[in-house]
Amino acid sequence: MTMKQWLLPGLLASTCLFSIACSAGPIENYSPVTSDRLKNPEPGNWMLYRRTYDGQGYSPLKEINTSNVKDMRPVWTFSTGVVEGHEAPPIVNNGIMFITTPMGQVIALNAKTGDEYWRYKRQLPDDLFQLHPTNRGVGLWQDKLYLATTDDHVVALDAKTGKVLWDTKVQDYKKGQYLTLMPLVVDGKVIVGGSGGELGVRGYVVAFDADTGKELWRTFTIPGPGEPGHETWTGDDWKSGGGSAWMTGNYDPETRTIYWGVGNAAPWPGDTHPGDNLYTTSVLALDPDNGKIKTHFQYHPNDSWDWDEVDAPMLVDLQRDGRTFKSLIHPGRNAIFWVLERKPDKINYVAGWPFVHTDVWKGIEAETGKPIVDPAHKPVMGKRVEFCPSLWGGKDWPSAAYSQNTKLVYVPANENFCGGFTGEKVPLVAGQLWLGTKPEDIGLKVRPGATHFGELQAWDPATGKKVWSHNFPKSHLFGSVTATAGDLVLVGGTNDRMFRAFHAKTGELLWEQKTNSGIMGMPVAYEVDGTQYIAVQSGWGVDAQRIQDALATQNDVGIENNVPQGGVVWVFAVKK
Amino acid sequence: MSSPSNKTRRTIILTALATAVHASAPRPAAAEEDPPGSDLRPQKADLLVFAEGDHAGEVIKPEDLKAGGPPVRAWPKDPKTSVVRKASRLNEVVIVKLDPAELDDDTRPRSADGIVAYSAICSHAGCPITAWVKAAQGDKEVLKCMCHNSEFDPRQGAQVVFGPAPRRLAALPLVIADGSLTIAGPFIGKTGAPQGG
Repeated sequence: MTMKQWLLPGLLASTCLFSIACSAGPIENYSPVTSDRLKNPEPGNWMLYRRTYDGQGYSPLKEINTSNVKDMRPVWTFSTGVVEGHEAPPIVNNGIMFITTPMGQVIALNAKTGDEYWRYKRQLPDDLFQLHPTNRGVGLWQDKLYLATTDDHVVALDAKTGKVLWDTKVQDYKKGQYLTLMPLVVDGKVIVGGSGGELGVRGYVVAFDADTGKELWRTFTIPGPGEPGHETWTGDDWKSGGGSAWMTGNYDPETRTIYWGVGNAAPWPGDTHPGDNLYTTSVLALDPDNGKIKTHFQYHPNDSWDWDEVDAPMLVDLQRDGRTFKSLIHPGRNAIFWVLERKPDKINYVAGWPFVHTDVWKGIEAETGKPIVDPAHKPVMGKRVEFCPSLWGGKDWPSAAYSQNTKLVYVPANENFCGGFTGEKVPLVAGQLWLGTKPEDIGLKVRPGATHFGELQAWDPATGKKVWSHNFPKSHLFGSVTATAGDLVLVGGTNDRMFRAFHAKTGELLWEQKTNSGIMGMPVAYEVDGTQYIAVQSGWGVDAQRIQDALATQNDVGIENNVPQGGVVWVFAVKK
Repeated sequence: MSSPSNKTRRTIILTALATAVHASAPRPAAAEEDPPGSDLRPQKADLLVFAEGDHAGEVIKPEDLKAGGPPVRAWPKDPKTSVVRKASRLNEVVIVKLDPAELDDDTRPRSADGIVAYSAICSHAGCPITAWVKAAQGDKEVLKCMCHNSEFDPRQGAQVVFGPAPRRLAALPLVIADGSLTIAGPFIGKTGAPQGG
């Protein structure tokens, strides 16, 4: 690539010369998306990452339910023509479905028939290094869509035609900065957070004007000199200390507070960045108007395990210990199930317990909620350290769900995995991996005597009791969970390519369908013309594939490594 | 792994970009800051220099390479202008010395005394090929991309032997001329990842 070509994206912002939008026909009668519709979405729509701002991943639809789900069948499918991890929820607005795929494609489909309206293909640079070739969906506002790209742009598309309306460069992909998340849209602001925790970045959350693409504010997840929290860093470590913010935040419209998860500290071994390292592995409470940090809670200080806590906590009105309060619920990558209380100016620890086996934590300080680390299982420079769970954690980024019917939290957990690496000094080179260990040294080990790996867990956050668990003897579980008012819990995530529906109250497996590939994507429920549908993308890749490779090649557990790639949208219904 | 000149180049590019985005700035002036030829793909008669480590920037001689690996990462260098062609990461190569008897019939003619060179950029998602490890299937060591576990056998034209990569790495033919490892012709095959559907 020549310098001139390299400069084009910067020079030609807001044109569509470096993109292709193939129009099969504009969408007519598109329903503009407003603040009120995002705050109170119609039951039949799925317009935010987890359908609602509270991040619960719960649909009030119940036409498909525990009685009739056995009769659920595919009604249409659509091949995306793209490989790698299809992680996005099919976003649905009044009968129009928007799919995103790896490599920055957006496809508009008729949600009832599967007919294509248009497709946008981001033209990614030839020299782009995609550690996580994926995308998690488009944000909606008025008659526009917002796509965050792996070459680190945010692009606004006309929802009716797929034409580019504006294109804003966020940072420099050549420095390892990229975007994979679905933008959060709040009152006309398009909010994204950067990836790159393995490439020596300093993370941030940034807001753009939905109409113009103009940057409105940017809040770094690692405070600079003079800012509160900067004292938790040593020397210049903060400049490249990680804290990426690569998952969509949740939002409390009552207090106008965004809850945004922050990733691992960098490089991985904790003694390379002494201190608590705020705000890595934390949840930030942000003001959507100016990005100001209202408060925070750190899930664990001085991260040393690559335990990104980017998955934003769910906002749940919880009854516990004889009182009702506004909670934040977060099954952490660090193996701790967190129940916190959110107040306008503070986040209080309420309860925490391990939801999978861990040897890293000896307990949690009751007053502060700070976990007590066992130094024997904390990675440092110069020696190999083993720890449980693995660096993919008890639950990685795939979302848990909360059912307003059962009051239970459904967690896509992984049990019986441990990991380890040897901390090693690695020079920081912009745009290159910076882990603090050799990539080939990272291990995934199955615990001796393990009978299973993936666990779909149902927890009662009011009591801390596990109500049921469905265990997967031959697979990890790496897919987001969705709950419905029909008392269904929907999830893929396994290497047998299955999509499954469980009984939300009992955990009974009610229905399953083998698909084309493995499912990492988020299931959704929607309704068109009085019929309920369930949709999910099947398309294996990225970390689901990495764990599968490690299971098949580093552990003698009798698992074949044969999950074909290639994305397909699946839509199901019960025949009337 | 970084050399001062590399950092300088980055600074220049950033400055150039910042200037060029400004509507009133003249565009072409900025692009000329890169040494001419530094973003050209490897050319016939180019030498190879170490891309990292204590000897970064030094010309690689056949005797610098240990038989059986590990590979070294290298940039092409124009012997006439001394320009190292590192303005594009698609120019980076991995070089490994193998037993000539192990090389297949397509690979042997491109090798020099058992030394073979391939694009260092994975054909799957564009990550760097950084590892030399025992294959997931089989006993031989192979080139591996640690991002998504694709493996390439350098004895068989870097064909994919494991993982999601769709095609082999581009090969760079070598000869030994005047005692130096020298590029015998352009890349055979496509560098980089598809980045499309």
